[in-house]
Amino acid sequence: MTIDVPPGDVRPQAGPAPASSTRLAIADCDIHPRPAGAGIGGVSRSLYPYLSQRWRTHVETYGVIYRQPWQKGPAYPKAQPQACRRDAWPAGAMPGSDLGFMAAQHLDPNNVGFGLLNPLTSGQGAMNPELSAALTHATNEWQIAEWTSKDARLHGSVVVPYEDGPAAAAEIALRAGDKNFAQVLLLTRTAEPLGQRRYWPIYAAAAEAGLPIGIHAFGYGGWPITAAGWGSYYIEEMVGHAQAQQAALASLILEGVFERWPGLKVVLIEGGLAWAAAFAWRMDRQWAKQRGEVPQVKRPPSEYMRTNVWFTTQPVEEPEPRQHLAETIEWIGWDRVLFATDYPHWDFDDPAHALPIRMTEAQRRMVFRDNARAVFGA
Amino acid sequence: MHAPIDCDLHPTVPGLPALLPHLDPIWRETAIRRGLDELVPIAYPANAPITVRADWRGEGGQGAGTAGRLAAEAMAPFGTGTAILNCLYGAQVLFSDDLAAAFCRALNDWVAATFLDRNPAFRASIVVPMTNAELAVDEIERRAPDRRFVQVLLLVGGEIPAGRRTNWPIYACAERHGLPVGIHAGSLYRHPTTPVGWATTFTEDYVSQATAFASALTSLVAEGVFAKFPALTVVLLESGVSWLPAHLWRLTKFWKGLRSEIPWVTDPPTTLVRERVRLTLQPFDAPPDPAHVSRLIDHLGSDEMLLFSTDYPHWQFDGAAALPDGLDPGLARKIMVDNPLKTYPRLRETAP
Repeated sequence: MTIDVPPGDVRPQAGPAPASSTRLAIADCDIHPRPAGAGIGGVSRSLYPYLSQRWRTHVETYGVIYRQPWQKGPAYPKAQPQACRRDAWPAGAMPGSDLGFMAAQHLDPNNVGFGLLNPLTSGQGAMNPELSAALTHATNEWQIAEWTSKDARLHGSVVVPYEDGPAAAAEIALRAGDKNFAQVLLLTRTAEPLGQRRYWPIYAAAAEAGLPIGIHAFGYGGWPITAAGWGSYYIEEMVGHAQAQQAALASLILEGVFERWPGLKVVLIEGGLAWAAAFAWRMDRQWAKQRGEVPQVKRPPSEYMRTNVWFTTQPVEEPEPRQHLAETIEWIGWDRVLFATDYPHWDFDDPAHALPIRMTEAQRRMVFRDNARAVFGA
Repeated sequence: MHAPIDCDLHPTVPGLPALLPHLDPIWRETAIRRGLDELVPIAYPANAPITVRADWRGEGGQGAGTAGRLAAEAMAPFGTGTAILNCLYGAQVLFSDDLAAAFCRALNDWVAATFLDRNPAFRASIVVPMTNAELAVDEIERRAPDRRFVQVLLLVGGEIPAGRRTNWPIYACAERHGLPVGIHAGSLYRHPTTPVGWATTFTEDYVSQATAFASALTSLVAEGVFAKFPALTVVLLESGVSWLPAHLWRLTKFWKGLRSEIPWVTDPPTTLVRERVRLTLQPFDAPPDPAHVSRLIDHLGSDEMLLFSTDYPHWQFDGAAALPDGLDPGLARKIMVDNPLKTYPRLRETAP
């Protein structure tokens, strides 16, 4: 899992694209692969080799039921089909479903040396826990067969049926030591805040396996994304993923997860990062006054964020002036930031243009490469 | 020079019996017959440290429930000249619209009789039954002629998001009377405070209130409230402050990508919020290094958004240190006086 790159600027400069051979490798911590081809009941036939007949029949008869209104598709209509770049569709196939296309459009030209796969339609959050376990297991097998075994730059995420802690832990244990996988993947919007006890078997298993926990925006917890019920618009959901991640982070810290598993690494994916410092200050101030309520939290919450938590960049906040973003990164530490593109989604951050802030050479290397090594490296 | 204006402090209802004389006979009889003896919401557990600062705990551990004590504890130490009382009680939390409306009327009348009538320095917000806009408008119309009521008060955790059209009659009425709409921390408890379910502890719930404010602001912007009501000001009360810049950066970025979904939002959300939204100062959720406070103010991008508050009797600071360290003195003056006067038109009617 080492990232072999020559020295020099790790970030492609803006302007005319140089030949990929002269570019230096970057780490992309959020790439979304997707099973090719349609299926009945919302499960691609690409997963069938890894599903028992019992579950094939089940999904073809009953589909996959989530805590949301529609038989097919997301709770809020996306702004474009599959929330994907218009140019990311391989002929006759879904975006993210074709390794060759992904390599030609993204991995090669952007010289991705380390690509972390985060499958999103993997059965996580399905209401039927046994179906969730079957689908996530199949998705893990599929990642090996279709992606990580075919391209050494790519690394999988162990997707787990997280609402069933013991079943999720069993799937993690099954993947422990398997170099096809670089992290365990959860989604933010769970049935209860992620620090609560029902999820602890996941952290115990991840700590045992030495795998970081990635927590990606979205999910199917059934709760509205605002404290006052369901918003009307997709933009409210998209912006709200940051608030959901803040709540998940508060829960992890205040329930004492990082005291219980001090070596546990948590990566917050696609929820932004400019909010992190202010949220830490708020938590620290409450903790200082009310630590009697949360005696399991031994240190100021900000300290756990400094030692156990990382943030991916995309969709990176864009203040005016841009340099304000650098100040917020300064407040949490440059070592906390992991570059991500979110390929092939519409709000893809292009590594050549996405972070127009002044960075030192060392900071640039940390964000685009070295921090990922520290989190995911062997 | 005008003395400081405290835009968020809380009188304490000593107990439900205090409201009985202000209830209509039918509802007074109902409360007694059904044994309704307390309506203190769970938002602030009575004995939790931040609910009432230790040196502000009087009889029964409560904050001030009388005009004399409120002025002595919450105003005198800060040299406050005018104080806006935001009474946090469970009146609007009740599930029955009629019962909620009755208790809101009683609460507003109790505040007028107990505080406004006894000290000309006091102003108050109109508490309304938030889940029924028609009844909320009735209550605003009933109390608005009393110019000592300077704002309409909502809680951030409502039944539907703040911006939803169902709520628009409240905004139309507030705008018509020159009343800002204040949105305070707290909830009707129809939904969890967090987007991921019910929190375990008061500390977690309180921390997450900031996320509730962020999504309420998103809703107000996305639904077009600021476009529909061009003279309306929204004040976020006890919301925390330091979370706002990063939220606006994210909201504005997505607005660039998704504005076709909400075409009535023609200005960047950052601009809209700087022009139309105000925040009370406490809690500021300040950085540990005072030198970073001026950076944060820079990130806010406006020196007109912050309004002085003590958040009495909640424990946000010690002694009389209501201003975060590191504030520029010129800005502090704006926060203490100029910004509140600009925000609340009715305060200008009596300003020297």
